[in-house]
Amino acid sequence: MAKPSPNDRKYTKEHEWARADGGNTITMGVTDHAQELLTDVVYVELPAVGRKVKQMQPIAVVESVKSVSDIFAPVSGEVIEVNKSLEAAPEMINKDAFGEGWIAKIKMDTPSELDGLMTAEGYEEHIKTNPH
Amino acid sequence: MKKTPLYERHLALGATMTEFGGWAMPVQYSGVIDEHRNTRTLAGLFDVCHMGEIEIKGPQALDLLQRVMSRNLAKQQIGEMKLSAITNEKGGIIDDVTVYMRGKEHYMVVTNAATREGDLDWILKAKKDKGFEKAYVADHSEVTGKIDIQGPVAEKILSEIVEGDLGALRFYHAMDTRVAGMPALVSRSGYTGEDGFEVYTEAARIGEIWDLLLHVGDPHGLKPAGLGSRDTLRLEAGMMLFGHEMCQTVTPYEVIYGWITDLDKEFIGRDALKRQKEDGIRKKLVGFELTERGIARHGYPVYAGGEKIGEVTSGTFSPTLGKAIGLAFVPVQYKEPGTVLEVEIRSQRAKAKVVPLPFYKRKK
Repeated sequence: MAKPSPNDRKYTKEHEWARADGGNTITMGVTDHAQELLTDVVYVELPAVGRKVKQMQPIAVVESVKSVSDIFAPVSGEVIEVNKSLEAAPEMINKDAFGEGWIAKIKMDTPSELDGLMTAEGYEEHIKTNPH
Repeated sequence: MKKTPLYERHLALGATMTEFGGWAMPVQYSGVIDEHRNTRTLAGLFDVCHMGEIEIKGPQALDLLQRVMSRNLAKQQIGEMKLSAITNEKGGIIDDVTVYMRGKEHYMVVTNAATREGDLDWILKAKKDKGFEKAYVADHSEVTGKIDIQGPVAEKILSEIVEGDLGALRFYHAMDTRVAGMPALVSRSGYTGEDGFEVYTEAARIGEIWDLLLHVGDPHGLKPAGLGSRDTLRLEAGMMLFGHEMCQTVTPYEVIYGWITDLDKEFIGRDALKRQKEDGIRKKLVGFELTERGIARHGYPVYAGGEKIGEVTSGTFSPTLGKAIGLAFVPVQYKEPGTVLEVEIRSQRAKAKVVPLPFYKRKK
């Protein structure tokens, strides 16, 4: 069973989370439900720092033994930091998707985009009705 | 989608299911890497009921097989199993199969799932064209169940429920015996690069053998394994998959099936293959490993010196070797181990080098 989704952040339908860090920046990653669907992560392709992303455009790629999955930017903005440790330890996404397995930090262009994402409760409801 | 007799058991075991060759099959139960490692170190149990079994009997059974198989089966003995290709007139591979000689004038051809009907049509057409009326062909796929038990402790586990001396069964040999009291065919063979067995019995009874094997195998570490690990295991062992490495426009010489192609006998495709052997092949299947970050996948383009020269047919992250490996077609001048290639992964090129096959070989 997936770990519960923390209340301190917002969620997308594509199973990304975004947590406000203050100063219009967010930290993002994938949910624990997502890592269960992805299975054993063996490779992560991170975006370049400085890259501009649009909301719900691909920002990273996560690969398991069997599959290649796009990860989408929960908000529009500029990538200001990436979790380099995932390059050597991609399995961190499976072990701690909501914590050490974070993917990138984004400086938001439009902070209101964050408000438009789902709450933890809304996301839990979403995965109950859309298990994949 | 078709369901194997073990379908409900997969759901009960919590498997993730997928479509493969028209069948609903388990991809994984506990996880691809876990099942992969467990099969390499202990044992894995695979549902392969989706594969086809075509029985050929009668005084002209061998004549018909010789006509459709690239392999010379003239000296095959009862109890022996042979890998062979079925080729078209141009030498292209229709399927790669195993042929069991089960008795005098009695053979069983084991086909891939998606190619079974085409193989059957092809064999029946060859029978008609050559007038081999005394070769009796019957598709037993629907009534035959098949499971593979693979890994270093497979023999120990299967021995507990099989009649006869499993230890005396040699590689690529089979015996008609009883498993859990039911008539069954057991061969020492498989698709993982480990020691192991393929077990055939009545489809209606295969579930009982599956359950019993998981029960007696549990203390030895036997776990069910899905198609996900079946694919990574076979790729590490340098084994090919029809539809990836092989199709009807690829010949045995272009892949690694020259050794099962016997030009000294008549068979469909022989003349084309003989010409190809004399003229030399232009492309060849090679193994490679990535020397830069990334994972190569089926269909990714292969480059050398800035030019596109080929395509990846299978690629994955190898759990045993801890690196990205794959198979690809390249022009023959790039086939030597050590040759540097590039694989295009999402419009970026990653360096790779040609390596000898197999990627993984078990310690005897």
